[in-house]
Amino acid sequence: MKENPYQPYVATIEDTWYETVGDRAVKTFKVTLDDPEARKNWSHRPGQCAMVGRLGIGESMFCISCSPTEGDFLRFSVMRAGKNTQGLHEQEVGDKITVRGPYGNSFPLEDWKGKHILTIGGGIGQAPLRPIVEYVKANLDQYAGLTMIYGARTSGDLCFRNEFEEMMKRDDISCHLTIDIEEEGWPYKVGFVPSVLMEVNPSPENTIAITCGPPIMIRFVLENLKKLNFADEQIYTTLENRMKCGFGKCGRCNAGNLYVCKDGPVFSYSTLKNVPEAFA
Amino acid sequence: MDNMKLAKEKVGDFLAKLGKERFRVPQETGGSSRFAPLNGESSVDFTLSNTTVPLKSLFYPQTETLYRYEVGETAMKAPGEADEMIIMGVRPCDAKALTIVDRLFSWDPKDPYYLERREKATIIGLACQEPRLNCFCTSLGGGPASTEGLDILMTDLGESFLFQPLTEKGEKICQEAGDVLVKSEDSDVQAAEKVHKDAASKIVRKIDSEGIPEKLPQLWDSQIWKKTSEPCLGCGACTFLCPTCHCFDIQDEIEGLEGRRYRVWDSCMFKEYTLHTSGHNPRPTRRERTRNRINHKYSYFVDKFGVIACVGCGRCINLCPVNVDILNILSQVKEAL
Repeated sequence: MKENPYQPYVATIEDTWYETVGDRAVKTFKVTLDDPEARKNWSHRPGQCAMVGRLGIGESMFCISCSPTEGDFLRFSVMRAGKNTQGLHEQEVGDKITVRGPYGNSFPLEDWKGKHILTIGGGIGQAPLRPIVEYVKANLDQYAGLTMIYGARTSGDLCFRNEFEEMMKRDDISCHLTIDIEEEGWPYKVGFVPSVLMEVNPSPENTIAITCGPPIMIRFVLENLKKLNFADEQIYTTLENRMKCGFGKCGRCNAGNLYVCKDGPVFSYSTLKNVPEAFA
Repeated sequence: MDNMKLAKEKVGDFLAKLGKERFRVPQETGGSSRFAPLNGESSVDFTLSNTTVPLKSLFYPQTETLYRYEVGETAMKAPGEADEMIIMGVRPCDAKALTIVDRLFSWDPKDPYYLERREKATIIGLACQEPRLNCFCTSLGGGPASTEGLDILMTDLGESFLFQPLTEKGEKICQEAGDVLVKSEDSDVQAAEKVHKDAASKIVRKIDSEGIPEKLPQLWDSQIWKKTSEPCLGCGACTFLCPTCHCFDIQDEIEGLEGRRYRVWDSCMFKEYTLHTSGHNPRPTRRERTRNRINHKYSYFVDKFGVIACVGCGRCINLCPVNVDILNILSQVKEAL
């Protein structure tokens, strides 16, 4: 079989670390594809996904949490939640995993050049936003600016904290970290992400807002963006649904007439507001 | 190519001439029927009504190995080449259903497993003479003698079968059969046309699908979905045995030192189908699942591939243990539009 989209590439874990700990710990994997030809041919764009797994256990869909501007590798940030993610969490540097993809559309970052980019993330929902942040950071002169709002339940649930703290030192990027409940020694904001959004009060002028996080957070962020006079076309999100194939065959990831794997995962709110199942 | 004729007493010769091992024919086992290889016998019962298990199972088996691997290794081995098949006695609705599923599996990226089998198969259809109570193929562009998806259309003329080759593949089979087939007379074709017409007139159930694909999603919050899904047991028979349903799951399995990744039919009527690992389920009850099933067939698929993903074979009605009836749902939809 020459072209077999079901057959994954083998990849080696170059580096891995925990972003958060606990029952639902998030572990990040930095991997490279073993086959030099595959590595050469691989290209992904911010927002795209890949099927990641282990032979004998299974595979699940994850967003690629790095931007191609970062180098010739892939990153996945995986929350331990079920059988496959548990299997992945057991992997260490040098271990082999399987990767196939990239799947889906991507954030139209080329079209957004000249605009101010605002990301609003919650919890593990920052993973698909991270490639945007990295891409814009690498091309900052081509964008009008970069603002990030990121929150989690507790400080222990924040992913990529070191990266955020590095960015907070810069004066050309605006970065706001928040946690839901006050903690001793926490130096940043306290409050839910949608409230912090109102507090930051970004102007909709020449701005694109991209949000991802728990469904309840997305709902209130959308409401608040509307209050801030963002037009539907200025608001983007990325959806997730259970997937098996990743390329429109296995059937299950649809939200209304849209396949999240092929038509998405990136959608503008102007599209999604007409899809009744989009936020189900 | 001319139309041909196969005398019924020569069916055995026909199978032998072309090579019995190539044939897949309708067979009844344990109260249900499906297409299967000839089991030593040279006779085929062409009087069986449409098989319980649809034709899709030959191209897209219920369980299918995608690739094998040794435990602890990373090399993956795809299965060997698909068999060449001559499938004889296919009902026109099932052949039409394949042309619908083709669109999905040919959608970029192509599905190599399904398409290889499709390429290597020749389909000899058998016009229906006795449509069943719940057949409604004529409402969806088909009919008891529809030729869509067929390489040869076969019609029972009593003492013989009329063979009408429709494609190059079909002509090749007729040529290979040599003098087992004889040229048909004009009167045979006329007789077949009468058979086709009589059969079509026996189809009583109907649905006017006009307007449904465009407007169905507007009935999102309608009471129809709660009402019509209430008796549903969630057994999945309507989807497993639907000739156009194509959803699958992918799983890994290890036996001894060998492992395989395989795909297996799945159903949108199951709770687990959309269940997220987090416990969240975007389609938590039978109401949402029924709504999705009907919308997928009659609206979403049309949106993507330009055709309704239903051929009116009636299986989902005949085989539902609690009499959920898609025509009943669709007529409520029509009323509500």
